[in-house]
Amino acid sequence: MAEKLSFDLVSPERLLLSEQVDMVTVPGSEGDMGIMGGHAPVMATLRPGVIGVVVEGQPERRYFVRGGFAEVTPAGLTVLAEHTVPLSELDAAALAAEIANAEEDVADAKSDEARQRAQEKLDQLKALREAI
Amino acid sequence: MASLKDLRNRIASVKATQKITKAMQMVAAAKLRRAQEAAEAARPYAERMDRVMANLATGMAGRDDAPKLLAGTGSDQVQLVIVATADRGLCGGFNSSISRLARQHINRLIGEGKDVKILTVGRKGRDLLKRDFASRIVKSYEFTGLRQIGFAQAEDISKTVLDMFEAGEFDVATLFYSKFVNVVSQVPTAQQLIPASLPEGAEGVDLGGAVYEYEPEESEILKELLPRNLSVQIFRALLENVAGEYGAKMSAMDNATRNAGDMIKKLNITYNRSRQAQITKELIEIISGAEAL
Repeated sequence: MAEKLSFDLVSPERLLLSEQVDMVTVPGSEGDMGIMGGHAPVMATLRPGVIGVVVEGQPERRYFVRGGFAEVTPAGLTVLAEHTVPLSELDAAALAAEIANAEEDVADAKSDEARQRAQEKLDQLKALREAI
Repeated sequence: MASLKDLRNRIASVKATQKITKAMQMVAAAKLRRAQEAAEAARPYAERMDRVMANLATGMAGRDDAPKLLAGTGSDQVQLVIVATADRGLCGGFNSSISRLARQHINRLIGEGKDVKILTVGRKGRDLLKRDFASRIVKSYEFTGLRQIGFAQAEDISKTVLDMFEAGEFDVATLFYSKFVNVVSQVPTAQQLIPASLPEGAEGVDLGGAVYEYEPEESEILKELLPRNLSVQIFRALLENVAGEYGAKMSAMDNATRNAGDMIKKLNITYNRSRQAQITKELIEIISGAEAL
């Protein structure tokens, strides 16, 4: 792999990761994206899912995100994540709590649009549970 | 003239007070450091959020389909005033200067015939505004039991605000908090949250001629981004407030400790003088008694 990608993973509370990597897979709301160095500028929203960070010669590191944004500029990739935990620390109980939370959101939603959005989130979380 | 015993008690009590204020000052200093670290750690996210916002919003600003959170409802009749203060007192003029600014703003709006609703964050702000505007306070938040304010609390508040906005309960929201300049100086500040004011000085990144690809569409992203931005702004304000509170408390307690020290010095002098006076008086009585014989 020729060009390295500078990758920042930030949550509202702190900067989680800032380093040179070879590839990052990002769970975009319209499909997963693999981003490498020299990618065209993109701005995308994220669905709940897993971010994979690949550095050559090292095992892939995976993080769970609850949603957020990804921004690719010529300078690199920035992920503004809403809530992030390393996948190894995410267990069934935590995921179940996330799902319960999402179900609550569906029940609470006031407008149709909000309900639909909450429902999508819930479905994505359930899909994620199947996948792990 | 107070008796010697009274003076002794007085000195002891001032000394006890001094010990307390000294301890409070040290606690505030330690907490201030933590609060500053938290504020620093939150900065990268807020900075990048500003940048993304600037990129998106400049493109959307003039368009008709711009979301209401950005463009406003077209009216400013109903105003929501969010006042963020500390939960505790004993921090100098910190709380009162925030609520003074808020009160001026509220009175001006009322004078203009606007409808004002108030949301308070922090116990002191509620207490201070309750006297004048009790009927206008729609909701109050307190975080007294909490060790450290997290993003979850900010999200909580912003959710309430968004729900109210979507229900059409207000048109414009303004947030009052204290900007942390440095340890001795906190500036009460007003910031307009809805419609979103664009971050100043944040410029879009130079893409070298390339154009952003949006996924999903620009307006969809903005729809997600704006509520998030609201939480981030509130979170930032809360963190600055916490740092400011401890900074103010530190200098207030430092002053109190010094005042107590001065007072002890003065009381000690008075005590010594009156003790000396009493001894002299007794001596005179003995001598004049002996001379009379």
